[in-house]
Amino acid sequence: MITPRPRLLMCPPDAYDLRYEINAWMSLRNRPDVSRAREQWRALHRVLTEQAGAEVELITQAPNAPDMVFTANAGLVAGARVFLSRFRHPERQVEEEPFRRWFQAHGFEVREPPPGIHFEGEGDALFAGDTLVAGYLKRSDIAAHRWLAAELGIPVLSLELVDPRWYHLDTAFFALTPDLIVHYPGAFDEYARRALRHRFETIEVAEEEAMRFACNSVVLGRHVVIPEGCPRLGAELERRGWRVHPVPMTEFLKSGGACKCLALHLGQVLPAA
Amino acid sequence: MTVETVHLEGHIIDSLTLSKVLDLIVQHGGSYEIVRFRVGTRRSDPSSADIAVSAENEDHLEAILHLIGQHGAERPAGNAELRPAPADGVFPEQFYSTTNLESFVRVGDSWIPVENIEMDCGIRVTGLGASPAAACVPVHRVKRGDLIVVGDRGVRVQPLPRREAESVFGFMGSGVSTERPKELVVAAVARAMQAVREQGRRILFVGGPAIVHTGAAPWLEAVIRAGWIDVLFAGNALAAHDIEQAMLGTSLGIDLRTGLPASHGHEHHLRAINAIRAAGGIRQAVEAGLLARGIMHACIVHGVPFVLAGSIRDDGPLPEVITDSVRAQDAMREHVRGVGIAIMAATTLHSVATGNLLPASVETVCVDSDADTVIKLVDRGTHQAHGLVTDCEFFIKELAARLPGVVLP
Repeated sequence: MITPRPRLLMCPPDAYDLRYEINAWMSLRNRPDVSRAREQWRALHRVLTEQAGAEVELITQAPNAPDMVFTANAGLVAGARVFLSRFRHPERQVEEEPFRRWFQAHGFEVREPPPGIHFEGEGDALFAGDTLVAGYLKRSDIAAHRWLAAELGIPVLSLELVDPRWYHLDTAFFALTPDLIVHYPGAFDEYARRALRHRFETIEVAEEEAMRFACNSVVLGRHVVIPEGCPRLGAELERRGWRVHPVPMTEFLKSGGACKCLALHLGQVLPAA
Repeated sequence: MTVETVHLEGHIIDSLTLSKVLDLIVQHGGSYEIVRFRVGTRRSDPSSADIAVSAENEDHLEAILHLIGQHGAERPAGNAELRPAPADGVFPEQFYSTTNLESFVRVGDSWIPVENIEMDCGIRVTGLGASPAAACVPVHRVKRGDLIVVGDRGVRVQPLPRREAESVFGFMGSGVSTERPKELVVAAVARAMQAVREQGRRILFVGGPAIVHTGAAPWLEAVIRAGWIDVLFAGNALAAHDIEQAMLGTSLGIDLRTGLPASHGHEHHLRAINAIRAAGGIRQAVEAGLLARGIMHACIVHGVPFVLAGSIRDDGPLPEVITDSVRAQDAMREHVRGVGIAIMAATTLHSVATGNLLPASVETVCVDSDADTVIKLVDRGTHQAHGLVTDCEFFIKELAARLPGVVLP
């Protein structure tokens, strides 16, 4: 059997910069080194394509959208459909149009959130088997979860994010398999923690590594691409049989993003309901 | 107390969102009642809950609703949708079907009360613009073009307050009291009747013919003569056997003094009915001196209005019996206005029929020797009913003894 190569969407950081402060990590006094950022992005691209076996599509960065490099926030892809984002902050709403055009040009059926509802794509919604795990309150609205549940016909686990440092679900959570997940419990309220423990086998990340965005990792089969500086999680994953690829992400951390934020899953096939 | 019902939908059980929302309401000093709950049947199905949130005042409620709104508890958005009735006696599709709970509709961005609430009707809105009003309307009374509320949006229902332990019926809860001291229940009914009177509201009595068969009629008559009943609902049978007893001394042919069947007694009620028909009606029979005592006599003499609703098995019937059920319902509707307590004894049919017309805020007591009657009444939506399982003779005699001013027979 030939497994198709996983496809990802990335955006080369041609206009990446830090020009506003819309999360706890951003500071205009601590802006990224742009050429270093390019090197880190290229390293990530190389690991994903050459070592982890992904096929990567590229989108050109719009000059007025410095955060467009974080393609995971563009939407959520399920089969041939894309559930487009509607960003909470006006600073990022400028990304919606270029992403919409790209998806349309590449044959996706584009769905938009119902009026007045915010949704930030894979930033706040990640599949774990036939469950969509979804974060809310900081960026996405819980009403978006109802919309996705109705559209996709699958269970949606709604988790409240409570710490401004982990403003997106993908900064504090990723799924390794349908039943095994990695998370930083401090990002979630008690109900969300209980719901996660009830539904999944969990690996907990220490705060120190969560601060280095250990949970902002890309899983491709048995490969996990994680930010550098997270040795404890790396060791735990290797012990469980994953191949771990650390990549330096310092310049993107300044904007509150890392490996996963820089790559959006395309062509995710939905499990049969 | 201010109440608003919110809607919560999604995978609210697995995500613990429902628990969270309920906890938040309580943590912030509110209280809640889950009005409706639907659990998804498959894992992928969402569940939904309608939650009535209560708070001390509007500001407090607003704060709680804002808080739980972030977790997906949605307020009914905007004004109620109104559509014209397509024909006389027909509601528009998707019409809002009422409960017997006090209700409000949102019209022109403000909440207005629904007058004359009763279950299983529609809501008609009039006076749009200047001074909008809303009233409950049964389907047969709707006129083509009347504006009727459709859908659930913009409708708010006030749940019944939980029964306070110190209220007259507090000790009964809301179940059927087969195992509570009956005299205490009767005493509570007597107190409740006095309280209703003090509030300037009316007392409705609904009765079946067993009141006459068991020999309790003179006691009910005494209660009416003492002025404790403002309106009587019954069928042909109660009136016919009461008149049979008044004129011939029997009920269904049984001599009430000896308990033995009278000769040709089975014909007695037919002879009584025939005599009243010959006189032209109960009132005429009283005025002619033909009917000189009994429950119906007391009603006529003391000006207590009554509605006798017919049924398919009636003999006669008596001229006052309304044989068109829809017209009978309308007559009963006119008389339930201002009623504060309804006492129902020994009749399933008329108890359920009356229960259908009463707002849930009316204290309702149902007395029957069969627990099923009470259960039926509650199952058909009269959730406020208190049930007392006992013989109506005991109940009426005991009640008569406890009400001030009743001259016992």
